[in-house]
Amino acid sequence: MSVAAIGAGTGSKQNEPPQKTGRAWLPYLLLLPAGLWLLLFFALPLVQLGATSLYDPTGSLSTGYAMTWSFGNYPEALDAYKWHFLRSLGYAAVATAICLLLGYPLAYAIAHRAGRWKNVLLVGVIAPFFTSFLIRTLAWKTILSDNGPLVEALRTLHLLGADGRLLATPTAVIMGLVYNFLPFMVLPLYASLERLDQRLLEAAGDLYAGPVSTFWKVTLPLSMPGVVAGTLLTFIPATGDYINAELLGTPREYMIGNVIDSAFLVRLDYPQAAALSFLLMAVVLLVVFVYVRRSGTEEIL
Amino acid sequence: MRRHWVLVTGLLVLLYLFLPIFVVAALSFNEPSSRLSYDFHRFTLDNWANPCGPGDMCDAVGRSIEIALLATLIATVLGTLMAFALARHRFRGRDATNLLIFMPMATPEVVMGSSLLALFVAGGVSLGFWTVVVAHVMFCVSFVVVTVKARLAGLDPRLEEAAMDLYAGEWQTFYRITLPLVAPGIVAAALLSFSLSFDDFIITNFNSGTTVTFPMYVWGAAQRGIPPQVNVIGTAMFLIAVLIVVAGEIINRRRAA
Repeated sequence: MSVAAIGAGTGSKQNEPPQKTGRAWLPYLLLLPAGLWLLLFFALPLVQLGATSLYDPTGSLSTGYAMTWSFGNYPEALDAYKWHFLRSLGYAAVATAICLLLGYPLAYAIAHRAGRWKNVLLVGVIAPFFTSFLIRTLAWKTILSDNGPLVEALRTLHLLGADGRLLATPTAVIMGLVYNFLPFMVLPLYASLERLDQRLLEAAGDLYAGPVSTFWKVTLPLSMPGVVAGTLLTFIPATGDYINAELLGTPREYMIGNVIDSAFLVRLDYPQAAALSFLLMAVVLLVVFVYVRRSGTEEIL
Repeated sequence: MRRHWVLVTGLLVLLYLFLPIFVVAALSFNEPSSRLSYDFHRFTLDNWANPCGPGDMCDAVGRSIEIALLATLIATVLGTLMAFALARHRFRGRDATNLLIFMPMATPEVVMGSSLLALFVAGGVSLGFWTVVVAHVMFCVSFVVVTVKARLAGLDPRLEEAAMDLYAGEWQTFYRITLPLVAPGIVAAALLSFSLSFDDFIITNFNSGTTVTFPMYVWGAAQRGIPPQVNVIGTAMFLIAVLIVVAGEIINRRRAA
Protein backbone atom coordinates (compact mmCIF):
# COMPACT_ATOMS: atom_id res chain seq x y z
CA MET A 1 0.00 0.00 0.00
CA SER A 2 2.71 2.47 0.93
CA VAL A 3 4.54 1.18 -2.13
CA ALA A 4 2.18 3.17 -4.27
CA ALA A 5 2.59 6.24 -2.09
CA ILE A 6 6.35 6.28 -2.14
CA GLY A 7 6.57 5.18 -5.75
CA ALA A 8 4.43 8.14 -6.72
CA GLY A 9 6.51 10.46 -4.61
CA THR A 10 9.67 9.56 -6.49
CA GLY A 11 8.20 9.98 -9.94
CA SER A 12 9.46 12.77 -12.09
CA LYS A 13 7.22 15.67 -13.04
CA GLN A 14 3.55 14.74 -13.03
CA ASN A 15 1.66 15.25 -16.23
CA GLU A 16 -0.35 18.39 -16.09
CA PRO A 17 -4.05 17.52 -16.10
CA PRO A 18 -6.14 18.85 -18.94
CA GLN A 19 -7.82 22.18 -18.48
CA LYS A 20 -11.53 21.71 -17.91
CA THR A 21 -13.73 24.50 -19.01
CA GLY A 22 -16.22 26.16 -16.68
CA ARG A 23 -16.59 25.83 -12.93
CA ALA A 24 -13.21 27.26 -12.02
CA TRP A 25 -14.26 27.15 -8.35
CA LEU A 26 -14.59 23.35 -8.25
CA PRO A 27 -10.92 22.50 -7.58
CA TYR A 28 -10.81 25.03 -4.74
CA LEU A 29 -13.90 23.51 -3.19
CA LEU A 30 -12.30 20.06 -3.39
CA LEU A 31 -9.04 21.06 -1.77
CA LEU A 32 -10.47 23.45 0.78
CA PRO A 33 -11.16 20.98 3.65
CA ALA A 34 -7.77 19.22 3.54
CA GLY A 35 -5.96 22.46 2.79
CA LEU A 36 -7.55 24.19 5.77
CA TRP A 37 -6.76 21.24 8.03
CA LEU A 38 -3.08 21.33 7.03
CA LEU A 39 -2.87 25.10 7.37
CA LEU A 40 -4.50 25.04 10.82
CA PHE A 41 -2.77 21.99 12.26
CA PHE A 42 0.54 21.85 10.38
CA ALA A 43 1.52 25.35 9.22
CA LEU A 44 0.00 27.46 11.99
CA PRO A 45 1.61 25.29 14.72
CA LEU A 46 5.02 25.92 13.13
CA VAL A 47 4.36 29.67 13.37
CA GLN A 48 3.35 29.22 17.01
CA LEU A 49 6.48 27.12 17.60
CA GLY A 50 8.56 30.02 16.28
CA ALA A 51 6.68 32.44 18.56
CA THR A 52 7.04 30.18 21.60
CA SER A 53 10.78 29.93 20.97
CA LEU A 54 11.02 33.72 21.46
CA TYR A 55 9.07 33.85 24.74
CA ASP A 56 10.65 35.17 27.90
CA PRO A 57 12.70 32.22 29.22
CA THR A 58 12.06 33.20 32.85
CA GLY A 59 8.31 32.61 32.51
CA SER A 60 6.64 29.29 33.32
CA LEU A 61 3.56 27.37 32.27
CA SER A 62 1.66 28.33 35.44
CA THR A 63 2.55 32.03 35.45
CA GLY A 64 2.30 32.37 31.69
CA TYR A 65 4.91 33.43 29.16
CA ALA A 66 5.50 36.95 27.90
CA MET A 67 6.52 37.54 24.29
CA THR A 68 9.84 39.32 24.63
CA TRP A 69 11.43 38.39 21.27
CA SER A 70 14.19 36.65 23.20
CA PHE A 71 16.40 35.60 20.33
CA GLY A 72 18.96 34.73 22.99
CA ASN A 73 17.05 31.47 23.54
CA TYR A 74 18.65 30.11 20.39
CA PRO A 75 22.37 30.48 21.16
CA GLU A 76 21.64 29.34 24.69
CA ALA A 77 19.82 26.19 23.56
CA LEU A 78 22.41 25.45 20.91
CA ASP A 79 25.25 25.89 23.37
CA ALA A 80 23.66 23.57 25.91
CA TYR A 81 22.74 20.83 23.45
CA LYS A 82 25.15 21.09 20.50
CA TRP A 83 26.44 17.57 21.14
CA HIS A 84 22.94 16.16 21.01
CA PHE A 85 22.47 17.87 17.66
CA LEU A 86 25.75 16.58 16.29
CA ARG A 87 25.06 13.10 17.63
CA SER A 88 21.60 13.06 15.98
CA LEU A 89 23.04 14.10 12.63
CA GLY A 90 25.94 11.66 12.96
CA TYR A 91 23.82 8.67 13.96
CA ALA A 92 21.27 9.46 11.24
CA ALA A 93 23.99 9.84 8.59
CA VAL A 94 25.66 6.53 9.50
CA ALA A 95 22.29 4.76 9.68
CA THR A 96 21.29 6.18 6.29
CA ALA A 97 24.56 5.02 4.70
CA ILE A 98 24.09 1.50 6.08
CA CYS A 99 20.46 1.49 4.91
CA LEU A 100 21.65 2.37 1.41
CA LEU A 101 24.22 -0.46 1.43
CA LEU A 102 21.65 -2.99 2.65
CA GLY A 103 18.69 -1.60 0.76
CA TYR A 104 20.21 -1.38 -2.70
CA PRO A 105 20.84 -5.13 -3.22
CA LEU A 106 17.41 -5.92 -1.79
CA ALA A 107 15.64 -3.38 -4.01
CA TYR A 108 17.61 -4.58 -7.05
CA ALA A 109 16.86 -8.22 -6.30
CA ILE A 110 13.13 -7.50 -5.99
CA ALA A 111 13.06 -5.43 -9.19
CA HIS A 112 15.13 -7.69 -11.43
CA ARG A 113 15.78 -11.08 -9.87
CA ALA A 114 12.57 -12.03 -8.11
CA GLY A 115 10.50 -13.04 -11.13
CA ARG A 116 6.97 -13.93 -10.10
CA TRP A 117 7.86 -13.58 -6.40
CA LYS A 118 8.17 -9.82 -6.79
CA ASN A 119 4.93 -8.90 -5.03
CA VAL A 120 5.50 -11.34 -2.21
CA LEU A 121 8.95 -9.88 -1.55
CA LEU A 122 7.58 -6.32 -1.68
CA VAL A 123 4.99 -7.21 0.94
CA GLY A 124 7.87 -8.74 2.90
CA VAL A 125 9.62 -5.36 2.94
CA ILE A 126 6.64 -3.60 4.50
CA ALA A 127 5.60 -6.58 6.66
CA PRO A 128 7.64 -5.39 9.67
CA PHE A 129 5.34 -2.35 9.75
CA PHE A 130 2.46 -4.70 10.48
CA THR A 131 3.51 -4.83 14.13
CA SER A 132 4.07 -1.77 16.22
CA PHE A 133 7.26 0.30 15.95
CA LEU A 134 7.76 0.18 19.72
CA ILE A 135 7.23 -3.59 19.96
CA ARG A 136 9.73 -4.21 17.14
CA THR A 137 12.30 -1.99 18.83
CA LEU A 138 11.75 -3.79 22.13
CA ALA A 139 12.31 -7.08 20.29
CA TRP A 140 15.81 -5.81 19.46
CA LYS A 141 16.34 -5.45 23.19
CA THR A 142 15.87 -9.21 23.39
CA ILE A 143 18.09 -9.91 20.37
CA LEU A 144 20.92 -7.68 21.62
CA SER A 145 20.49 -8.77 25.22
CA ASP A 146 23.62 -9.41 27.33
CA ASN A 147 22.52 -13.03 27.78
CA GLY A 148 21.46 -13.57 24.19
CA PRO A 149 23.14 -15.88 21.66
CA LEU A 150 24.25 -12.95 19.48
CA VAL A 151 26.28 -11.25 22.20
CA GLU A 152 27.63 -14.62 23.31
CA ALA A 153 28.84 -15.40 19.78
CA LEU A 154 30.43 -11.98 19.36
CA ARG A 155 32.16 -12.34 22.74
CA THR A 156 33.62 -15.69 21.72
CA LEU A 157 34.95 -14.05 18.58
CA HIS A 158 36.32 -11.14 20.68
CA LEU A 159 34.43 -8.68 18.52
CA LEU A 160 32.95 -6.69 21.38
CA GLY A 161 34.41 -3.77 23.33
CA ALA A 162 35.82 -3.91 26.85
CA ASP A 163 32.48 -4.18 28.67
CA GLY A 164 31.31 -6.92 26.29
CA ARG A 165 27.91 -5.35 25.66
CA LEU A 166 25.87 -4.49 22.58
CA LEU A 167 22.79 -3.08 24.26
CA ALA A 168 23.18 0.47 25.59
CA THR A 169 25.90 1.35 23.06
CA PRO A 170 25.87 3.71 20.05
CA THR A 171 26.03 0.59 17.86
CA ALA A 172 22.71 -0.61 19.25
CA VAL A 173 21.03 2.76 18.66
CA ILE A 174 22.33 3.04 15.09
CA MET A 175 21.32 -0.55 14.42
CA GLY A 176 17.82 0.24 15.68
CA LEU A 177 17.63 3.26 13.37
CA VAL A 178 18.82 1.17 10.41
CA TYR A 179 16.25 -1.48 11.14
CA ASN A 180 13.30 0.84 11.65
CA PHE A 181 13.87 3.01 8.59
CA LEU A 182 15.24 0.47 6.09
CA PRO A 183 11.87 0.00 4.30
CA PHE A 184 11.79 3.77 3.61
CA MET A 185 15.04 3.28 1.71
CA VAL A 186 14.07 0.10 -0.12
CA LEU A 187 10.71 1.24 -1.53
CA PRO A 188 11.84 4.35 -3.45
CA LEU A 189 14.96 2.48 -4.62
CA TYR A 190 12.72 -0.29 -5.89
CA ALA A 191 10.39 2.19 -7.62
CA SER A 192 13.32 3.67 -9.48
CA LEU A 193 15.19 0.41 -10.25
CA GLU A 194 12.00 -1.18 -11.52
CA ARG A 195 11.89 1.34 -14.36
CA LEU A 196 15.48 0.54 -15.31
CA ASP A 197 15.56 -0.86 -18.84
CA GLN A 198 17.51 -4.13 -18.80
CA ARG A 199 18.56 -3.55 -22.40
CA LEU A 200 20.73 -0.64 -21.27
CA LEU A 201 22.69 -3.05 -19.08
CA GLU A 202 23.04 -5.48 -21.99
CA ALA A 203 24.20 -2.61 -24.18
CA ALA A 204 26.85 -1.69 -21.62
CA GLY A 205 27.99 -5.30 -21.57
CA ASP A 206 28.11 -5.44 -25.38
CA LEU A 207 30.34 -2.38 -25.28
CA TYR A 208 32.79 -4.30 -23.08
CA ALA A 209 31.87 -2.71 -19.74
CA GLY A 210 32.42 -5.18 -16.89
CA PRO A 211 29.70 -5.63 -14.25
CA VAL A 212 31.43 -3.15 -11.93
CA SER A 213 31.73 -0.34 -14.41
CA THR A 214 28.21 -1.06 -15.73
CA PHE A 215 26.96 -0.54 -12.19
CA TRP A 216 28.84 2.73 -11.65
CA LYS A 217 28.21 4.16 -15.10
CA VAL A 218 24.69 2.93 -15.91
CA THR A 219 22.70 1.39 -13.06
CA LEU A 220 23.61 3.81 -10.27
CA PRO A 221 23.19 7.07 -12.25
CA LEU A 222 19.82 5.91 -13.58
CA SER A 223 18.62 5.05 -10.07
CA MET A 224 19.69 8.39 -8.56
CA PRO A 225 16.11 9.69 -8.03
CA GLY A 226 15.47 6.59 -5.92
CA VAL A 227 18.74 7.00 -4.04
CA VAL A 228 17.97 10.64 -3.23
CA ALA A 229 14.35 9.98 -2.22
CA GLY A 230 15.39 6.96 -0.15
CA THR A 231 18.20 8.71 1.70
CA LEU A 232 15.91 11.64 2.53
CA LEU A 233 13.03 9.43 3.66
CA THR A 234 15.50 7.60 5.93
CA PHE A 235 17.61 10.52 7.12
CA ILE A 236 14.77 12.89 8.08
CA PRO A 237 12.87 10.59 10.46
CA ALA A 238 16.12 9.11 11.80
CA THR A 239 17.42 12.55 12.80
CA GLY A 240 14.27 13.34 14.77
CA ASP A 241 13.81 9.87 16.26
CA TYR A 242 14.31 9.33 19.96
CA ILE A 243 12.62 5.98 20.52
CA ASN A 244 15.71 3.97 19.54
CA ALA A 245 18.02 6.09 21.71
CA GLU A 246 15.62 5.73 24.65
CA LEU A 247 14.98 1.99 24.36
CA LEU A 248 18.30 0.67 23.02
CA GLY A 249 20.70 3.30 24.39
CA THR A 250 21.41 5.21 27.58
CA PRO A 251 21.45 8.96 28.29
CA ARG A 252 24.97 8.91 26.79
CA GLU A 253 23.37 8.08 23.43
CA TYR A 254 20.48 10.55 23.73
CA MET A 255 19.62 12.40 20.55
CA ILE A 256 18.06 15.83 20.12
CA GLY A 257 14.56 14.31 20.11
CA ASN A 258 15.06 13.01 23.64
CA VAL A 259 16.00 16.54 24.76
CA ILE A 260 13.02 18.15 23.02
CA ASP A 261 10.66 15.57 24.47
CA SER A 262 11.85 16.07 28.03
CA ALA A 263 12.09 19.87 27.70
CA PHE A 264 8.43 20.00 26.59
CA LEU A 265 6.93 17.25 28.72
CA VAL A 266 9.14 16.89 31.80
CA ARG A 267 11.08 20.10 32.41
CA LEU A 268 8.26 22.23 30.92
CA ASP A 269 10.79 24.75 29.61
CA TYR A 270 8.71 25.76 26.62
CA PRO A 271 10.85 28.56 25.14
CA GLN A 272 13.97 26.41 25.11
CA ALA A 273 12.08 23.33 23.87
CA ALA A 274 10.54 25.33 21.05
CA ALA A 275 13.90 26.83 20.11
CA LEU A 276 15.44 23.35 19.89
CA SER A 277 12.54 22.02 17.85
CA PHE A 278 12.69 24.96 15.48
CA LEU A 279 16.46 24.52 15.10
CA LEU A 280 15.95 20.85 14.26
CA MET A 281 13.46 21.77 11.56
CA ALA A 282 15.89 24.35 10.16
CA VAL A 283 18.83 21.94 10.18
CA VAL A 284 16.82 19.21 8.45
CA LEU A 285 15.51 21.62 5.80
CA LEU A 286 19.03 22.92 5.20
CA VAL A 287 20.45 19.41 4.82
CA VAL A 288 17.62 18.42 2.47
CA PHE A 289 18.01 21.56 0.38
CA VAL A 290 21.79 21.31 0.01
CA TYR A 291 21.65 17.58 -0.67
CA VAL A 292 18.97 17.85 -3.32
CA ARG A 293 20.81 20.75 -4.97
CA ARG A 294 24.11 18.90 -5.06
CA SER A 295 22.66 15.66 -6.36
CA GLY A 296 20.85 17.59 -9.09
CA THR A 297 17.47 15.96 -8.62
CA GLU A 298 15.28 18.93 -7.75
CA GLU A 299 12.29 17.48 -9.52
CA ILE A 300 11.61 14.98 -6.76
CA LEU A 301 10.49 17.86 -4.57
CA MET B 1 26.92 -17.97 -8.79
CA ARG B 2 27.78 -14.38 -9.59
CA ARG B 3 24.33 -13.86 -11.04
CA HIS B 4 22.82 -14.98 -7.78
CA TRP B 5 24.73 -12.98 -5.21
CA VAL B 6 22.35 -10.00 -5.48
CA LEU B 7 19.39 -12.25 -4.80
CA VAL B 8 21.12 -13.97 -1.89
CA THR B 9 22.15 -10.64 -0.33
CA GLY B 10 18.64 -9.32 -0.82
CA LEU B 11 17.08 -12.33 0.87
CA LEU B 12 19.49 -12.02 3.80
CA VAL B 13 18.44 -8.37 4.25
CA LEU B 14 14.81 -9.47 4.12
CA LEU B 15 15.55 -12.06 6.81
CA TYR B 16 17.03 -9.28 8.95
CA LEU B 17 13.79 -7.31 8.52
CA PHE B 18 11.81 -10.31 9.73
CA LEU B 19 14.03 -11.25 12.67
CA PRO B 20 12.22 -9.09 15.28
CA ILE B 21 8.85 -10.41 14.09
CA PHE B 22 9.99 -13.97 14.91
CA VAL B 23 11.23 -12.72 18.28
CA VAL B 24 7.92 -10.99 19.05
CA ALA B 25 6.02 -14.15 18.11
CA ALA B 26 8.32 -16.27 20.30
CA LEU B 27 8.06 -13.86 23.23
CA SER B 28 4.28 -14.01 23.06
CA PHE B 29 4.69 -17.60 24.36
CA ASN B 30 7.17 -16.58 27.03
CA GLU B 31 6.78 -16.71 30.77
CA PRO B 32 9.38 -14.10 31.76
CA SER B 33 11.58 -14.68 34.79
CA SER B 34 11.01 -11.15 36.06
CA ARG B 35 9.09 -8.04 35.06
CA LEU B 36 12.13 -6.31 33.63
CA SER B 37 13.58 -9.30 31.78
CA TYR B 38 13.53 -9.30 27.98
CA ASP B 39 14.94 -12.85 27.68
CA PHE B 40 13.03 -16.00 26.78
CA HIS B 41 12.54 -17.99 29.97
CA ARG B 42 9.84 -20.66 29.75
CA PHE B 43 7.14 -21.66 27.25
CA THR B 44 3.54 -20.91 28.18
CA LEU B 45 0.15 -20.48 26.51
CA ASP B 46 -1.17 -18.25 29.32
CA ASN B 47 -0.53 -14.99 27.45
CA TRP B 48 -2.66 -16.08 24.50
CA ALA B 49 -5.35 -17.53 26.77
CA ASN B 50 -5.58 -14.30 28.70
CA PRO B 51 -4.47 -11.45 26.43
CA CYS B 52 -6.19 -8.74 28.46
CA GLY B 53 -4.51 -9.83 31.68
CA PRO B 54 -2.51 -6.69 32.39
CA GLY B 55 -4.94 -4.07 33.69
CA ASP B 56 -5.60 -1.37 31.18
CA MET B 57 -3.77 -2.70 28.12
CA CYS B 58 -6.90 -3.72 26.21
CA ASP B 59 -8.53 -0.37 27.03
CA ALA B 60 -5.54 1.27 25.37
CA VAL B 61 -5.87 -1.01 22.32
CA GLY B 62 -9.57 -0.16 22.08
CA ARG B 63 -8.85 3.57 22.35
CA SER B 64 -6.19 3.31 19.63
CA ILE B 65 -8.66 1.53 17.33
CA GLU B 66 -11.30 4.24 17.95
CA ILE B 67 -8.80 7.01 17.24
CA ALA B 68 -7.43 5.26 14.15
CA LEU B 69 -10.94 4.67 12.74
CA LEU B 70 -11.96 8.30 13.22
CA ALA B 71 -8.69 9.70 11.90
CA THR B 72 -8.80 7.34 8.91
CA LEU B 73 -12.36 8.29 8.03
CA ILE B 74 -11.67 12.04 8.13
CA ALA B 75 -8.25 11.85 6.46
CA THR B 76 -9.50 9.56 3.68
CA VAL B 77 -12.42 11.84 2.79
CA LEU B 78 -10.37 15.06 2.92
CA GLY B 79 -7.37 13.52 1.16
CA THR B 80 -9.43 11.94 -1.63
CA LEU B 81 -11.16 15.24 -2.40
CA MET B 82 -7.81 16.97 -2.59
CA ALA B 83 -6.34 14.21 -4.76
CA PHE B 84 -9.17 14.73 -7.27
CA ALA B 85 -8.48 18.45 -7.32
CA LEU B 86 -4.77 17.89 -7.95
CA ALA B 87 -5.10 15.08 -10.49
CA ARG B 88 -8.07 16.38 -12.46
CA HIS B 89 -7.90 20.14 -12.41
CA ARG B 90 -5.51 22.87 -13.33
CA PHE B 91 -5.71 25.85 -11.04
CA ARG B 92 -3.72 28.66 -9.57
CA GLY B 93 -1.95 27.56 -6.39
CA ARG B 94 -1.21 23.99 -7.49
CA ASP B 95 2.46 24.26 -6.56
CA ALA B 96 1.67 25.75 -3.17
CA THR B 97 -0.81 22.92 -2.54
CA ASN B 98 1.75 20.29 -3.55
CA LEU B 99 4.24 21.87 -1.15
CA LEU B 100 1.66 21.83 1.66
CA ILE B 101 1.18 18.08 1.00
CA PHE B 102 4.90 17.36 0.82
CA MET B 103 6.02 19.30 3.89
CA PRO B 104 4.40 17.12 6.60
CA MET B 105 6.09 14.07 5.04
CA ALA B 106 9.49 15.84 5.17
CA THR B 107 9.22 17.17 8.71
CA PRO B 108 10.52 15.15 11.66
CA GLU B 109 7.66 13.89 13.81
CA VAL B 110 9.10 15.45 16.92
CA VAL B 111 8.84 18.90 15.29
CA MET B 112 5.22 18.34 14.19
CA GLY B 113 4.23 16.96 17.58
CA SER B 114 5.89 19.71 19.59
CA SER B 115 4.62 22.55 17.40
CA LEU B 116 1.06 21.27 17.66
CA LEU B 117 1.50 21.11 21.43
CA ALA B 118 2.76 24.72 21.41
CA LEU B 119 -0.38 25.73 19.49
CA PHE B 120 -2.77 23.84 21.78
CA VAL B 121 -1.14 25.27 24.89
CA ALA B 122 -1.14 28.82 23.50
CA GLY B 123 -4.80 28.43 22.53
CA GLY B 124 -5.77 26.99 25.90
CA VAL B 125 -7.03 23.74 24.32
CA SER B 126 -7.08 20.87 26.81
CA LEU B 127 -5.23 17.82 25.52
CA GLY B 128 -6.93 14.46 25.15
CA PHE B 129 -8.75 12.14 22.76
CA TRP B 130 -9.75 14.85 20.27
CA THR B 131 -6.39 16.57 20.07
CA VAL B 132 -4.89 13.18 19.19
CA VAL B 133 -7.50 12.67 16.44
CA VAL B 134 -6.78 16.12 15.03
CA ALA B 135 -3.04 15.42 15.00
CA HIS B 136 -3.45 12.01 13.37
CA VAL B 137 -5.67 13.37 10.60
CA MET B 138 -3.00 16.01 9.94
CA PHE B 139 -0.19 13.53 9.25
CA CYS B 140 -2.41 10.96 7.47
CA VAL B 141 -3.89 13.39 4.92
CA SER B 142 -0.66 13.75 2.93
CA PHE B 143 -0.28 10.00 2.52
CA VAL B 144 -3.90 9.68 1.39
CA VAL B 145 -3.46 12.43 -1.20
CA VAL B 146 -0.28 10.88 -2.61
CA THR B 147 -1.75 7.36 -2.77
CA VAL B 148 -5.10 8.32 -4.34
CA LYS B 149 -3.44 10.75 -6.73
CA ALA B 150 -1.13 7.98 -7.97
CA ARG B 151 -4.15 5.78 -8.67
CA LEU B 152 -5.97 8.60 -10.48
CA ALA B 153 -2.91 9.35 -12.59
CA GLY B 154 -2.82 5.71 -13.71
CA LEU B 155 -6.44 5.64 -14.90
CA ASP B 156 -7.16 5.43 -18.60
CA PRO B 157 -9.09 8.64 -19.40
CA ARG B 158 -10.67 6.90 -22.40
CA LEU B 159 -12.89 4.84 -20.06
CA GLU B 160 -14.58 8.00 -18.80
CA GLU B 161 -14.78 9.43 -22.30
CA ALA B 162 -16.44 6.21 -23.47
CA ALA B 163 -19.05 6.49 -20.70
CA MET B 164 -19.80 10.07 -21.69
CA ASP B 165 -20.06 9.04 -25.35
CA LEU B 166 -22.65 6.49 -24.26
CA TYR B 167 -24.73 9.32 -22.81
CA ALA B 168 -23.80 8.87 -19.16
CA GLY B 169 -24.12 12.18 -17.33
CA GLU B 170 -21.23 13.63 -15.39
CA TRP B 171 -22.42 12.25 -12.04
CA GLN B 172 -23.30 8.90 -13.50
CA THR B 173 -19.84 8.64 -15.03
CA PHE B 174 -18.31 9.54 -11.69
CA TYR B 175 -20.32 7.00 -9.66
CA ARG B 176 -20.29 4.11 -12.10
CA ILE B 177 -16.87 4.46 -13.73
CA THR B 178 -14.44 6.77 -11.93
CA LEU B 179 -15.22 5.88 -8.31
CA PRO B 180 -15.08 2.08 -8.77
CA LEU B 181 -11.79 2.43 -10.65
CA VAL B 182 -10.23 4.64 -7.95
CA ALA B 183 -11.65 2.54 -5.10
CA PRO B 184 -8.56 0.30 -4.68
CA GLY B 185 -6.43 3.42 -4.24
CA ILE B 186 -8.83 4.80 -1.64
CA VAL B 187 -8.89 1.49 0.23
CA ALA B 188 -5.09 1.34 0.20
CA ALA B 189 -4.92 4.91 1.47
CA ALA B 190 -7.39 4.13 4.27
CA LEU B 191 -5.41 1.04 5.34
CA LEU B 192 -2.21 3.06 5.32
CA SER B 193 -3.85 5.82 7.41
CA PHE B 194 -5.18 3.30 9.88
CA SER B 195 -1.80 1.69 10.42
CA LEU B 196 0.02 5.06 10.65
CA SER B 197 -2.48 6.30 13.22
CA PHE B 198 -2.64 3.09 15.23
CA ASP B 199 1.14 2.90 15.49
CA ASP B 200 1.96 6.56 16.08
CA PHE B 201 3.86 7.31 19.24
CA ILE B 202 5.88 10.53 18.94
CA ILE B 203 3.14 12.97 17.84
CA THR B 204 0.62 11.30 20.15
CA ASN B 205 3.01 11.57 23.09
CA PHE B 206 3.05 15.36 22.74
CA ASN B 207 -0.70 15.84 22.33
CA SER B 208 -2.47 13.14 24.33
CA GLY B 209 -2.58 14.66 27.82
CA THR B 210 -3.71 11.77 30.00
CA THR B 211 -5.25 9.75 27.15
CA VAL B 212 -3.41 6.42 26.80
CA THR B 213 -3.20 4.85 23.35
CA PHE B 214 -1.63 1.43 22.79
CA PRO B 215 1.83 2.79 21.82
CA MET B 216 1.66 5.11 24.85
CA TYR B 217 0.85 2.08 26.99
CA VAL B 218 3.83 0.14 25.60
CA TRP B 219 6.12 3.13 26.16
CA GLY B 220 4.99 3.45 29.77
CA ALA B 221 5.28 -0.28 30.31
CA ALA B 222 8.82 -0.27 28.91
CA GLN B 223 9.87 1.77 31.94
CA ARG B 224 8.03 -0.40 34.49
CA GLY B 225 8.41 -3.82 32.87
CA ILE B 226 6.69 -5.12 29.75
CA PRO B 227 3.86 -7.62 30.27
CA PRO B 228 4.34 -10.52 27.79
CA GLN B 229 0.78 -9.94 26.51
CA VAL B 230 2.10 -6.92 24.61
CA ASN B 231 3.78 -9.43 22.30
CA VAL B 232 0.46 -11.25 21.85
CA ILE B 233 -1.05 -7.99 20.57
CA GLY B 234 2.02 -7.43 18.36
CA THR B 235 1.77 -10.92 16.87
CA ALA B 236 -1.99 -10.66 16.40
CA MET B 237 -1.60 -7.30 14.61
CA PHE B 238 0.94 -8.88 12.28
CA LEU B 239 -1.30 -11.86 11.51
CA ILE B 240 -4.37 -9.67 10.88
CA ALA B 241 -2.40 -7.44 8.50
CA VAL B 242 -1.07 -10.48 6.60
CA LEU B 243 -4.63 -11.80 6.32
CA ILE B 244 -5.84 -8.47 4.90
CA VAL B 245 -3.03 -8.45 2.33
CA VAL B 246 -3.69 -12.06 1.29
CA ALA B 247 -7.43 -11.42 1.05
CA GLY B 248 -6.80 -8.32 -1.06
CA GLU B 249 -4.56 -10.31 -3.38
CA ILE B 250 -7.18 -13.05 -3.79
CA ILE B 251 -9.86 -10.48 -4.62
CA ASN B 252 -7.52 -8.89 -7.18
CA ARG B 253 -6.77 -12.23 -8.82
CA ARG B 254 -10.49 -13.14 -8.99
CA ARG B 255 -11.23 -9.82 -10.66
CA ALA B 256 -8.44 -10.21 -13.12
CA ALA B 257 -9.51 -13.75 -14.02
